This record gives sequence, structure tokens and C-alpha cells, in this order.
Amino acid sequence: MAKLVYDKDGRLLFTKEMKREYTLLIPQMLPIHFEMLKNCLQLHGYKCETLMSNHRGIVDTGLKYVHNDTCYPALLVIGQFIEALNSGKFDKNKVALLITQTGGGCRASNYIHLLRKALKKADLDYVPVVSLNLSGLERNPGFRLTIKLIRQFIYSVMYGDILMLLANQCRPYEVKRGQTDALVEKWEKRLVSEFKLPGRLSYKEMVKNFDLIVSDFARIERRNEQKVRVGIVGEIYVKYSPLGNNNLEDFLLSEGAEVVVPGLIDFLIFKINNRVVDVDLYGGPKIKKELARMFQRYAEKCQIAMIDAVKKCPQFRAPSPFATIQNLAKEYLGPGNKMGEGWLLTGEMLELIHEGTSNIVCTQPFGCLPNHIVGKGMIRRLKDDYPESNIVAIDYDPGATKINQENRIKLMLANAKDRMRKKQDERKSARQVELAH
Amino acid sequence: MSYRVGIDIGSTTVKVVVLDSDDRLLYRSYERHYSRVREKAAEQLSMVSDILSGEKVKAVITGSAGLGVSKASGISFVQEVYATGAAVREYIPDADAVIELGGEDAKIIFFTGGLEERMNGSCAGGTGAFIDQMATLLDVSVEELDELYYRHERIYPIASRCGVFAKSDIQPILNQGGRKEDIAASIYQAVVDQTVSGLTQGKELKGKIVFLGGPLHFLSGLRERFVETLELDKDNAVFPENSECFAAIGAALCAADYPELSYEELLASLESSVSEGTLTDTMPPLFENEEEYEQFRFRHSKAAPDMVEISEYSGKAYLGIDAGSTTTKMVLITPEGGLLYTYYGPNKGNPVTIVLEKLIELYELCGDRVEIVASAVTGYGEELIKNAFNIDLGLVETIAHYKAAQYFDPKVDFIIDIGGQDMKCFKIRNGAVDSIMLNEACSSGCGSFIESFAKALGYEIQEFAELGIMDKSPVNLGSRCTVFMNSSVKQAQKEGASIEDISAGLSISIVKNAIYKVIRASSPDDLGKNIVVQGGTFLNDAVLRCFEMEIGRNVTRPAIAGLMGAYGAALYAARSGLKQSGILKAQELYDFHHEAKPSVCNGCTNRCSLTVNTFTGRSRRRFISGNRCSKPLGREKANMPNMFRYKLERLTNMQGTGSGDGSRGRLGIPFGLNMYENLPFWFTFFTKLNFEVVLSPVSSRELYKKGQHTIPSDTVCYPAKLMHGHIEALMDMDVDYIFYPCMSYNFDEGKGDNNYNCPVVAYYPELLLANIQRLKDFRYLNPYVGLHRPKDFKKRISRFMHENFSVPAKETVEAARAAYEAYESYRSDIIEKGRECIEFAREHGKNIIVVSGRPYHIDPEISHGIDELIGSLDLVLITEDCVAHHVKKESRNVLNQWTYQARMYDAARYVCTQPDMQLVQLVSFGCGTDAITTDELREILERGGKLYTPIKIDDINNLGAIRIRIRSLVAAIEARKE
Repeated sequence: MAKLVYDKDGRLLFTKEMKREYTLLIPQMLPIHFEMLKNCLQLHGYKCETLMSNHRGIVDTGLKYVHNDTCYPALLVIGQFIEALNSGKFDKNKVALLITQTGGGCRASNYIHLLRKALKKADLDYVPVVSLNLSGLERNPGFRLTIKLIRQFIYSVMYGDILMLLANQCRPYEVKRGQTDALVEKWEKRLVSEFKLPGRLSYKEMVKNFDLIVSDFARIERRNEQKVRVGIVGEIYVKYSPLGNNNLEDFLLSEGAEVVVPGLIDFLIFKINNRVVDVDLYGGPKIKKELARMFQRYAEKCQIAMIDAVKKCPQFRAPSPFATIQNLAKEYLGPGNKMGEGWLLTGEMLELIHEGTSNIVCTQPFGCLPNHIVGKGMIRRLKDDYPESNIVAIDYDPGATKINQENRIKLMLANAKDRMRKKQDERKSARQVELAH
Repeated sequence: MSYRVGIDIGSTTVKVVVLDSDDRLLYRSYERHYSRVREKAAEQLSMVSDILSGEKVKAVITGSAGLGVSKASGISFVQEVYATGAAVREYIPDADAVIELGGEDAKIIFFTGGLEERMNGSCAGGTGAFIDQMATLLDVSVEELDELYYRHERIYPIASRCGVFAKSDIQPILNQGGRKEDIAASIYQAVVDQTVSGLTQGKELKGKIVFLGGPLHFLSGLRERFVETLELDKDNAVFPENSECFAAIGAALCAADYPELSYEELLASLESSVSEGTLTDTMPPLFENEEEYEQFRFRHSKAAPDMVEISEYSGKAYLGIDAGSTTTKMVLITPEGGLLYTYYGPNKGNPVTIVLEKLIELYELCGDRVEIVASAVTGYGEELIKNAFNIDLGLVETIAHYKAAQYFDPKVDFIIDIGGQDMKCFKIRNGAVDSIMLNEACSSGCGSFIESFAKALGYEIQEFAELGIMDKSPVNLGSRCTVFMNSSVKQAQKEGASIEDISAGLSISIVKNAIYKVIRASSPDDLGKNIVVQGGTFLNDAVLRCFEMEIGRNVTRPAIAGLMGAYGAALYAARSGLKQSGILKAQELYDFHHEAKPSVCNGCTNRCSLTVNTFTGRSRRRFISGNRCSKPLGREKANMPNMFRYKLERLTNMQGTGSGDGSRGRLGIPFGLNMYENLPFWFTFFTKLNFEVVLSPVSSRELYKKGQHTIPSDTVCYPAKLMHGHIEALMDMDVDYIFYPCMSYNFDEGKGDNNYNCPVVAYYPELLLANIQRLKDFRYLNPYVGLHRPKDFKKRISRFMHENFSVPAKETVEAARAAYEAYESYRSDIIEKGRECIEFAREHGKNIIVVSGRPYHIDPEISHGIDELIGSLDLVLITEDCVAHHVKKESRNVLNQWTYQARMYDAARYVCTQPDMQLVQLVSFGCGTDAITTDELREILERGGKLYTPIKIDDINNLGAIRIRIRSLVAAIEARKE
């Protein structure tokens, strides 16, 4: 069995031996993306498993080991980890936990520390925690973020984004139930297995795949009906994770809406862009800025390739590129507003409104600090500037009940449907006027 | 066209209306459903059979509890705000806005300027339910509350955010003798303020406003408060007929779009849904069988003091009184601790009357056989009762409870007391109270919560609690603040939970709340080995059982669990060595009279709300309460060194033209958040450049109100909310510019892993611009600046000053240099002054309290005079920034990423090295970063053998709970010395 090795500050390390023996547990956030990320890790010889649990026990465990006023995502992720460790499903002496670390001014940067505190409290401090970050924080001998792995991650994010985007536009309208999800699954498997093949991990191959994916989804037979489109923005975890947002996407679908969820790549580009802006605003080494800028350009290039591929099929709506969102947000917030989702959140709301999705659910953990500013704080002005915008802010936390959340969302939907009907009537009468002439 | 039926199922009531084809209202009903949601709806619908029997109808359900019924019965659902909007558009087409208060929801609909609909957020608490709860607290019916309102003379400031907060504001006013009439008015005003500040979010309420919903329909006083606050004239305040049924009417109007069915079909589908149960989230029962319950009862019956029949006893006796927040407790004991007399009852808004009544009764029982040799009082009403009846001794509650617990278990090492309003837990180490945990304002409402809940469901508390004991499937209601529990209960009801399930579920929630929220324990060993539980709430067997189950350990519950404070006070009196009590004698009680009058102290800018109590009888005495310092009592303020006062004085002097001539114009700076730290920097910077610095006034309640209508997020911290008022004030001060920079980064003091500001401090300037309409007409400068890199800052700010004011770069660079110097000299002055305070304390043998928080916590509207309170307890107050520099950088268990927070860790580490220092942490409610710092600070202090005392503060204006904490702290320090 692997020996427990600590670094000079007393942090338990993930050793090379552990890489062979241990299973890495990964919290679930975005079903498609994380499945692919997991597969990438497996290609590099890591044993890993994504935690799919979704029940009340997670919240209760979280409440027990995390300060109740800490943000809800921390409570859920940590609760999910500890609940899994104690579930008997895993050999506690042969698992490690993987968690992302951003390192901004938001308290989210503290998740990994809160996790370690909780493990200690639960007498599980022999379980190593691996930080996944791009800043070179907390190195581990058994876990290396190689260039190859980073590239695979980026491609996975891109593939995840395009699959999510197309699936969201097909699912509510599909004639054969389940066809969309089956297609998503097919591509997930195919894409990752391709990474193994020599020469297939390249930008060129990705662009080719984009086209194949789009035309494949275009073949899904869709009913021709108009549904209310609802955008979801917010704090990254509750925005995406069904565990965090009480299965928000399913709820909206069951209410007859089409869900529009902005991609993950925007968030990544945003985080890279922050480093460029930091140097502009406060000074610092030019080389840092240039490196970040290079990285940003590459990610943006991937995003634009995806957008171009989607545009080839006119029945699909393509998202706006990062630069467009950035430009829209400029009128509202400074480029330095970078904690949490920062100006990107406001930018995404603006993008949605500009692209005709003015019904928006803005999700946040109860008491989320950055969202006071960039979420709830901007709704007033958005309403002034775009009277048609129909935004509802929903708080998530262990005590908030689904019934209250759904009631508020239903109000937003009632207005959305009302407006859609009115527009249809207007169009109809306009057509009649035309015909009469 | 057929008849249309609207069924509105709200959180507390069911409303059914029937419209005919001409939109005429044929029938309406309004009834409380006591959580029997489906039954009540079906019952009311069956009442209209005379009209609808055999007819075709179209029906729609609406309301917050209606969704479940709709799903189960297949009847269509329309969201209630949408329904209300439809009704108003139909009947009052020229309305500009609607305000609707329901059982637990508050809504505003704006019609002009684009349709906008708002509902209270999940934190905002109830409105109708809130008023109910407050009425219970005052021991009046809601109708009586409304009558009381019309005799009010003044309005107290009461936290308007949620019921729990307001309650902790009202309680002390009651206990200090405030008039119910005034409190009734204050409650209404709180509802109004809550609605206006919580829901308008920057949009002005003007024009023709329609008021709807049950509370506004039935309470004319509440209507009056709304009309006066919004300054509406007669034509613009519309209170329509049937206003309590508008949502139901709207639903009926919307029904036109839905399919038709027969009345019998409708009734059948509603009735058939009644029996459907889909309860999912349940927990194991409390007891498997009757036998188990019997054993449990037997085990707990053993911890009981001797009962001594007072009519057969003669000799010395000792009196203990616990004037608690909602109840008054009294015991009379023999020198050995035998019980001669006990009383436990609600104080019905005036503890003095109760104590008077019971004392008279007691004297009769005593005759001339029993002599009261000494008396002691504890609890919220300690001072009032002590002065009213000339009680010999007063002691802080924590000590009283410890004395009593020790009597039942001499080895006790952990005590938990859940009372009506508060929850106290403390550990005992080496015979002294150690580490006290009180519930913060957010999770209070413990015992009284079950009680109000029981009443709302139509039960007496005892009866309600017993329902849960043998329940088979308690429902999981979560463990958060009571306001959240309300909606959890709603959800459970929707899923078909029975009253029994809810009763048991509530007991479990209270226990979980205590263990995980207040104590923050993860295992029984975190508590202790010998646990004594007490407080009225533990008399409830269900709660006691849950507690033992949750911690997996048996505990001691004294039979007099509800009287422990009073019992402890009596024991304290017995051991005081007093030979004769000064308590008012029987004859003196017969002509005793108590009168309470509100007043406002004009001694200083705090303008404390005072209550002047006059006691008449043999001798006329006065007792003033509500004061923070001794000034209104005719004595001078205690002249202890006080860093809060010193810092505030220094900062408020930083306005005007300074060393410059002010020729570049008047530049306004909002005096809040990080300006409490950075003002020395900016003042020097701008005056050097010949600006005149105009500082907004020091925060006050009035200032807050000025800006409250533009606050977009009601859960942000109070210091941030105050900024809206500061900006409003500045805009009225004839300034040319307003300067308030965004700062992701703070100064880098090299003590942490990073040097961030929290997101709210960093970006609030941008929020203000987006939400304060008028600010767009001003030159509002909110650039991103980074003071942590002086060289880069100088370059960038030079560019900024050149672009905006054509200031030559050289001048700006020079000003920036001077600004850095000024900042440094301010910081070292604080350290120097702190050193003087410490010296003073040591010369005079005083204890030192290091109050740790953010720089802006010295704002008197944020700290509510805590500094004066600390001074009045003979303690010297310094702040974290006076001592943090003494220790070297050390790595922490958490990411030490914020500059201000890093100072607190360092201050705590330093305090651990100083025997005469203690640390008190100020935590703003809603401060996300403090969720992380509180745990870390506790760890540092407890490892260093110090007590940890966190104090949560908000817009709450009373110091009752804080006083208990600090007095307990002082008592613990004293006990440790012994």
C-alpha cells in the first residue's frame, strides 16, 4: 500500500505510487464535460470516477462538516466527497479527491482548504486532495498537468460545449424521444477514444469533428413548434450542476421551455483574460501578460471554429464569441471585475438578450458575494436598458425549498409565455393585414 | 360562456371565487387552512354546489401552496403574481403599481414603465405570518394588535429584514418596559420598510397604487403606515373591495383560456387528490414503541430536586428570578436547594406585572414562617426587575445556568440551554465557563418558533409537541433559520406530510440547528461527556429524544429544565452570604405601580431610544433603559480609552481643503467600507492636488433610509447597504465630483497568501452606479486602482488625473507620494495610540478587549455603540490593527487571501500571548468571508487557551444579546482568575 508522504508544510501528497493504486474521485458539475475530462485522465493512467450521487444525504453531510454560512457549492462538493467516502463504495485507503482551485478574491478559492478541514473533522485526513489548477499551486509528484493533458482538456471543453449547445436546441423538439441524448453519448465515447489515436489530437481534427457533429445533430427530426427560450446564467457551480440547482434544466424542460446555457469555454477564457487585464490595470511582468494572451488567443480560436461550424446549419443558433460578450459587458462593468464570474456573468445576460433570449434565470448560492454585484446588482440597469428583459434571480442553499424556487421561476415563465403569445398574435394580424392588401 | 372558478391556495389560507360569464363575482370565501391544504380547498369548493351543481365550469388553481394540489388533481395552475396582475388590469386599469402582502409572500407589480413583477427573496421572511408571530409575542390577537396601533406615540426602529431579526429587536424593548402600542406601530412600520426596501430595488413607487392581500385587507393600521410612508393622497392609494381575494379572482379570469369541465368532475378531481401522499424525505421515528418511551421517561425522572411543601416549612429561603425573553421564571428554595415554590409563565409583554403578581402570591404563601434572606435575578429583564423590586443581586445568565447545572451533575462539562428566544451552549473547563456559544440573530427563534408554529396550525404547544412523539415518519425539514423552515414546512405539506410528521420534524430541526449551526459540532465528543440540557424547550420530550439520538449519548435533563436560570439565581443568592434581603416587602407591593414612557436621549449622536420606567409606591424610583452609556443616567460617560472613538475622530477630521486651496473643485468621498482605511490616503492625495474633500456624514439610521430604496440585493451586508445612503447624501452636498474607486486588491502587508479585498468591497462602486438613477447626472469617478503597487499606481493614476482634470503628471506623482506617506503615518499613529491604551490598562489594572473586524466596523451605525458598552463594563477597547503587526507571518489552515482578514488572524495570535487581553470578533451578517474567518479565529484562540467571542451585527439596534456575551466573557475572565 502506498506510503503517506507529506511536504514541508505538512500537506499530504499524491505520490506516483498512489497514481497506480488510488482512484481519484471527481465531483460532478457539467455532465457531458466532466465525463470527457474523466476519460482524458484515464487515458493518462489515472483511475478515476465521477460522483453522480444526488440526494439529501449530501446536504446533511455538508452541513455537518462545513460552516453553514459557507457558499452552497462548497457545502455540496465537500458533502458529496465525504458522503462518498463513508458510503462503503470505495476503499478509503485507496482514494484521493480531485478539486479545482482558482485562486481569485472570492471565497471559492478556499474550497480546497475547507475540504481538508472537513476531512480532518471527519477523521479522513489520510485521504489526499489533489488541486487542479493552471497557476502551479500545490504540486504533487503523482499528478502532472502535462501540455498534452491540458490540450485534451481544452478539446474536451470545446466538444462538451458544442454537444451541450446542440443537444439543448434539439432535446425539446425531438420527435423520437431520447434520440438527442443517445447522440450525445455516442459522440462522447467516440471523441475520447479518438484522443488515443496517433495524430488525432489536433486543432484540425477538432474542426473536422465539429462539422461532423453539427451535421449529425441536424439530422435529428424536430417538431416545428415555438417554445419559450430561457437562459441560465450564474455562479458556475449552481448554474451547471443539477445537484446545485435542484435539476433546474429538467424543470424548465418539463415546463415546456427550451434551455439556453452559455458554454464553459467562455469562463475559461475569462479567467485567462483576467491575467492580461491585471497587468494592464496594476502593472506586472510583461511576459506573464504575453503568455496569458497567447493562451487566450488559442482558446478564442477554438471557440470561433466551433461557432463557424454551428453557423453552417441555419436551423441552429450559434453563441457569440467571447470578444462580443466582453464588448457588451464593458458598458456595465470595468474589465477588472474578475472575482467569481465577474463581468462575464453580466456579459452573458447581455448576450442572451441580444440574441433574443430575454428570459433568464440568474442562479446563485445564497449570499454569493460577487453575485451581489454582477448578478442581482445589474438586473435593475438591464431592465432599464432592455425593458423586454425578464430576469429572475434564484438563490440556492440547504434551506431554500424547491417550491419557492419553482414558484418564482413559474412567474418568469408565465410572463415569457404571455409575451410570446402577444408577439405571435401581432405577427398573425400583420400577416392578415398583408393578405388583405 | 361558462362559470369560472379561481382557487387560491396560499401559505396560510384558501380562497375560492366564482365568476359568471359577465365577470360578476358570485361567490368568494377566505379561510385559514391550518396546513390541511387539499381538504380545505375541496371543502370550500363543495360549498358552492347550490350555484354550480350541474353546470359547466372552467377552473384554475393559483397560490404558493397550490402547485402541489394542481399537480395531484390535474387542474391547471397559474402563478399567483401573474393572476393578480390579470385581475388588477381588469378592474383597475389605471393602476401604476400593486403591493400585495400575503401570508408569507410580499409582491410588487409595476405596470408603468414596462411590466415588472417582484417577489420577496427567500430570506425576506414572511409578512402576514410575521405579523401573526409578533402578535403572539405580544400576547394579543391580530385584531387587538391593530387596535393597539391607533394609540401609538412613537415608532422604534426594528430590523425589517426578517421575522427573526425583528423579534430580537422587539424583545428587549418589551423587557425594558416599552409600550405595546408603540411596538405594534413599529411592527407595521417594519413591514412597510421591508416591502419598500426589499422589493422596489431602485424603482420608485409612485402614481396610483393598489394594495392587496389579507393583512392589508384586515389591518387598517398597516394600511395607514403604507399610505403615510409612501406619502400617498386619497386618490392614489386604492384599497379595493375583495382585495384579499384578488389572486383568486385573477385565476378565475385566466381560466377562460383553459378547457371546460363539469362542476362535479372538478370537485371529484380535487377530492380524489386529497388522499394522495407522496412524502419522500422522512426520518426514523423517535420511539419504536410505547415501552421505549416509558423507559426514556423513567430515566429522566430521576434528575429532580427535593420538593418541600411551603405550607409546612418554616425558616430561611432564597428567591431566584429569571426574567427571560418570552417567559418569566421564579423559584424559592431552602438553604439545601429544596424547592418551595416555582412559577413558569409567559411574561405577556410586561415582566414587571408578572413578577409583582407572583411576589404578592409568594408573600401570602410564606406568611411569617418563611423569610426571604436573599434574592437574585438574571435574564434579559435583569436590570428592570432588579430596579423595580429592589432585588439584591443580579447575575449574567450563563453563570446562573452553570450554577444550576452543577447542582444536578457536579461533573458537568457541557450545558445547552434552549429557551424561548435564545440558545446558549457553553463548555465548562476547570470549573469555569469556557467557550460560550449563543445563537446569532439569524438562527434564533428556538422554542418560541415551535410555539408560534403550533398556534398557526391551531394547536396548543404542549399538545402539538406530543403529537410528534409516537410519529412513524418525521419529515426532514432541514436545519436553518426559522424563516427557511416555514417554507420547508410548506413543501412538506405539499407532499402530504401530516401534522404529526411536521411536529416531529420541527423538533429534529431545532436539535440539528443547535448542534450543527450553533455548536458546530461534528461528533458527540465535541460537546462533552457530562451534558446537562435545559431550558423550556427541552421539557418537550420529542426535542430531548432527538437530541439524544443525534449525539448518540444520554444526557441529564433536570425535571425543572425550564426553571434552571431561576434556580441557579436562587442558589447564587443562597451562597452570597447575605443576611437580610432588601427586596420590597409585602406591604410595599400593594400600592406598587409601574409606568413606562419612551424617550430619546440627546446626549450624543447615537440618539439612543430610551424607556423611562417609573415605579411608584412607598418610594418613587426611576429606571432608564435602552442607553448605551451612563450619560442619560446623569453620570458622565466612562472615560476609558476607546480606539473606536479615537479612529473615528481622526478620520472625520479629514475633510476640507487641507494644505491645498481647493481650487480644482469639491470632490465627494462616501464615508463607508474601505474608506474607513483609505481616507487618509485619498484625503492627502486630493487636497495636495487642490481639491476640496467633501466627506459624506457619519452613518446613521436616517442616512440608511435615504438610500435603502436602491439596494438591489437584500442579503448583502449592512456596511455595503449603507453606501447607498452615503452616495445620496453626497449628491445633496453640492459636490462637483464623487470619487469611489474599485479595488480588487488591498494594500499588501505581506502577512497573507494574497492581498485581496472581498468582492463586495472591491466592486460596490460599480453596483452603486448601476442602481442609483440620479448618480448618472454626476461626475462619478470609480476607476480601478491598485494601491498595492506604488510605482505602477503612480503611473496609472497620473494618466487618469491628466485625462480627467488635466493635472500634470509631475504634480500627481508628488501627491501620490505624499498620500502613501500620510497613509503610513496614519497607520503608525493607530499603533502608537493602541500602545498608549494598553499602557493605560496595565497601569490601572484593567482588562483589554481587542475588537477585531474590518476597519469600517468602527462606524457607529454598524457597531451600534458596542464600544461604549465595552467601556461601561470597565474594559479598555483597542482594535485589531493596533496589535496585528506584533507577530510574524505564519501559514494558516485556510487560504489567507484578504488583507483585513489577515490582520484578525494576527491579532488573535498576539492576544494568545497576552494574559490581560481577550478578543471579540465583530461579524456583519451576510459577510461571506467571515464564514471562513470565524472557524479559523476560534481555532487560533482556543489553541491559545483564550475564549472566543464572536458578535454578529446587522441593522439590529439593541445590545441585549451583546451585553450578555460580553458580561459572560467578563465573568469567565474573573472565574479563571480565581
